[in-house]
Amino acid sequence: MALRVARKLAGLVATLLATSFIIFGAAYAAPGDPVTFLAGGKENLTPEYLAAVRAQYHLDDPFSVQYGRWLWDALNGDLGRSFQYNDEVLDLLAARLPTTLGLVAYATVLFVVIGVALGVLAAVRGGRTDSTVVAGTTFATSVPPFVAATALISVFGVQLGWFPVAGGGSFTHLTLPAITLALGAVAIISRVTRQAMVEQRELDHVTVARASGLAERLIVVRHVFRGALGPVVTMCGLVSAGMLAGTVTVETVFGLSGIGSLLVGAINTHDFPVTQAVLLLMVVAYITVTTLVELAQPLIDPRARIERSRA
Amino acid sequence: MLLSVEDLTLEAGGRRPILRDVALQVRRGEIVGLVGESGSGKSTIARAVLRLLPQGARVSGRVLVGGEDVLTMDDARLRALRASDVSMIYQDPRSSLNPVRRIGDFLTERMILTLGRPAAEARSRAAELLAAVGMRDPERRLRQYPHELSGGMLQRVVIAAALAADPALILADEATSALDVTTQAETLALLRTVQAERGLGMLFITHDLHLASAFCDRVHVLYAGTVVESRPAADLFADPRHPYTAGLLGCTPELGDPRPLRPIPGRPPSLDDLLPGCPFSPRCPHAEAECETWAPRPVAVEGGVAACRLIPVAVQERSPV
Amino acid sequence: MKPDSPVLRGEPDVGDAPSGPGQAPAPPGQAPAFPGRGRRRIAALVGAGPVGSRLASVFLAVVVLCAILAPLAAPYRPDAIDFAVSLSPATPEHLLGADQSGRDLLSRVMYGARTSLIGPLVLLAVASVVGVAIGTLAAWSRGWVDAVLSRVTDVMYAFPGLLFVVLVVAVFGNGMTTAVLALGLAYAPTIAKYTRSIAITECAKPYIDAYRVQGMGSLAICVRHLIPNLARSLVGYLVVLFGEGLMSLATLSFLGFGAQPPSSDWGLMVKEGQAAIVQGAFLPVLVPGAAIALVVVSFNVIGVRLADRLGTRRL
Repeated sequence: MALRVARKLAGLVATLLATSFIIFGAAYAAPGDPVTFLAGGKENLTPEYLAAVRAQYHLDDPFSVQYGRWLWDALNGDLGRSFQYNDEVLDLLAARLPTTLGLVAYATVLFVVIGVALGVLAAVRGGRTDSTVVAGTTFATSVPPFVAATALISVFGVQLGWFPVAGGGSFTHLTLPAITLALGAVAIISRVTRQAMVEQRELDHVTVARASGLAERLIVVRHVFRGALGPVVTMCGLVSAGMLAGTVTVETVFGLSGIGSLLVGAINTHDFPVTQAVLLLMVVAYITVTTLVELAQPLIDPRARIERSRA
Repeated sequence: MLLSVEDLTLEAGGRRPILRDVALQVRRGEIVGLVGESGSGKSTIARAVLRLLPQGARVSGRVLVGGEDVLTMDDARLRALRASDVSMIYQDPRSSLNPVRRIGDFLTERMILTLGRPAAEARSRAAELLAAVGMRDPERRLRQYPHELSGGMLQRVVIAAALAADPALILADEATSALDVTTQAETLALLRTVQAERGLGMLFITHDLHLASAFCDRVHVLYAGTVVESRPAADLFADPRHPYTAGLLGCTPELGDPRPLRPIPGRPPSLDDLLPGCPFSPRCPHAEAECETWAPRPVAVEGGVAACRLIPVAVQERSPV
Repeated sequence: MKPDSPVLRGEPDVGDAPSGPGQAPAPPGQAPAFPGRGRRRIAALVGAGPVGSRLASVFLAVVVLCAILAPLAAPYRPDAIDFAVSLSPATPEHLLGADQSGRDLLSRVMYGARTSLIGPLVLLAVASVVGVAIGTLAAWSRGWVDAVLSRVTDVMYAFPGLLFVVLVVAVFGNGMTTAVLALGLAYAPTIAKYTRSIAITECAKPYIDAYRVQGMGSLAICVRHLIPNLARSLVGYLVVLFGEGLMSLATLSFLGFGAQPPSSDWGLMVKEGQAAIVQGAFLPVLVPGAAIALVVVSFNVIGVRLADRLGTRRL
């Protein structure tokens, strides 16, 4: 068990190192002198300004030293200064992270509750309910979030006026963005839930439970759903981990000032330190969450406890 | 009569019925064997006793447990019957237990959730039952997961669970087929003991005619959903009347028996084979043209019935071989 | 013949579970994934049935025709500005209305079909060349090559696709070419993983060994026999990916990373039309948005139908 956790954590660190290297090294892949690129690619830069950039990035050191220093600073919370806002990147992130986390948490609650409920409903009811859920989710996965978002704004924001159209801060401001973010996830989760339940329902031990006179409702809760929990939880974890990246689009559409819209702004203004920091944060969060989900597997499925440690 | 199946016919989509006019009885304290190849419908009979029917099945006939027809009773009564009157033991103990629940959950689930016993009482009863089926350290077993136990131990757990509700009838569906030979013997001995101690009726389903004759009081031989022979085990083994029974006995090797192995020619019929006459006629060494149109019906023979048109001709012809 | 069974070595995937190419479709009366009863009705509803997929094919054919014939069929130039009809609703002159600058939406959406369809096409071409090459190489050589390639694709997997593209765009600048190439690279690991899993099954078949025994070179077997045999399964997979690719590209254009004005790419049209929503004009967003959604639904419907017929169903 401990060995397994250690191996997983080692893998986590290795992946994080690899991705941080890609994010850092990207600046050097840009055509032209990295100084010009890092300074925002503008033409009329004073030599003093370029020197300042050169000093901040220690561009005169060898590449590996630069990377090591950047990584060390990042680990210590020093993500550099934004050229655009002339502010510490860490402060920028700290100011905007609550909005994004609130949005992701809101959306996660929505998609877990609705997605699982729809999947269970489809599997248990079958027939027309099932077809409707499957058809609805197929359509939901075909609509890109930004289209769904504009549709939601048109209907609920402008026509009905139930929700504010843009801006952030409050719960109602986050409702439409959270629905948009959750839409595709609901589709995925409900399909995974439905499929897992249908598979579980065919298993012998479910028949055994039925043969022992257990009521159908209890069979669904104690056996079918319990058995389907593994894939469902895994998928919920993966989807919510990917959601941080999804905020890029949703925050832009709704004009929320979170880290997603910060990233878009940073790219459009060639603010590379901010771009690097947001990407790093998103990737770290994604990889950490997916690793945690994997580590949580044995809690759901007791078989994983020994099989893994034997492997 | 504990269990009485009368004229049970069951169709579910195929070109021929899965079961055709099946009749069998199990008395209290009696072990009745049900023998047949895979696909002959023997498991379907056991499941029909609990009304676990295939989807879209059309059934006729009656399945009486303690005089009540299982096929027509309401859902509440059916659940009560499944919970307390009839228990089933399955072929593969590993797939009959929910892998993510503890042994204790499996044993107490029925007692608590369907019979409404208090949890503490159910738990101590579960431990008693595990001890009764010969498991050491029952308290620890209750906390273990199915994957931590061997197949033989799991089958003991399944037997203990079957006894949990004090049923009158046990359906053992290939209960020992998936086990090692030594475990198989232990499990059979255990089944025999609990059956005798509690005076249970048991329907023992197997594909092994030798095992059935040794273990059961009476044996029904099933072919393509039809009972072809039904007699006391000793008689059936010593002097099979139906050519299929004889064929089954002929294709198992025996120590010290100089007879060559004679496999039954042809293959077992599938659900898509239309069999208007005697279902065994395409493979029967004694078959005549009339057999292909003769609807099988039981013919009285010594100790029971056999469904063959050629009785007693078949018997006379067979003896010189 | 390699001793390790491909079935045991095949990695369990959460997202895609290919059941191997050439696998016979389930026999009639036996529905593998769905319980029998709901299935036909689902098919009718989603349009996965023959009717639905025919409808989808017809729709896509119309879209492709519009794209090709746009210069002849479109009533206006896509960039013809006429402020007199700014935000005009649907009228006989402007069948689908006009945007803020008075550009005819029907014409724009017809011209936009060109970029919106060619983009994913190029993207998939890039992704499948890289992906199929990597996947086949991994499946064919196994051993350390497979291990290294699998690790590399795993790391790329760990990087959410959109973020990779964003990084590339941040470095190389906005634009359709960058976006398409970056997305192509981002899709390559998915295709490589899928190719690897089906190629392993295919490699275990006797005919491959037969060619090897005849002394044919590895490259020749792979290119002339293995890959053509994988093609059937790959095509079904690529059809679904096409829809996804279109969505991703439109998203990038919407964010301002892909197509640049005055292009009438559908994603960009939604971005530009967004401002008009507040003024109560929904057509500038609705028209391109519906175009994207309908085209993607059509590709998904056809993809599901193809996968059904080939016996390779994705979740």
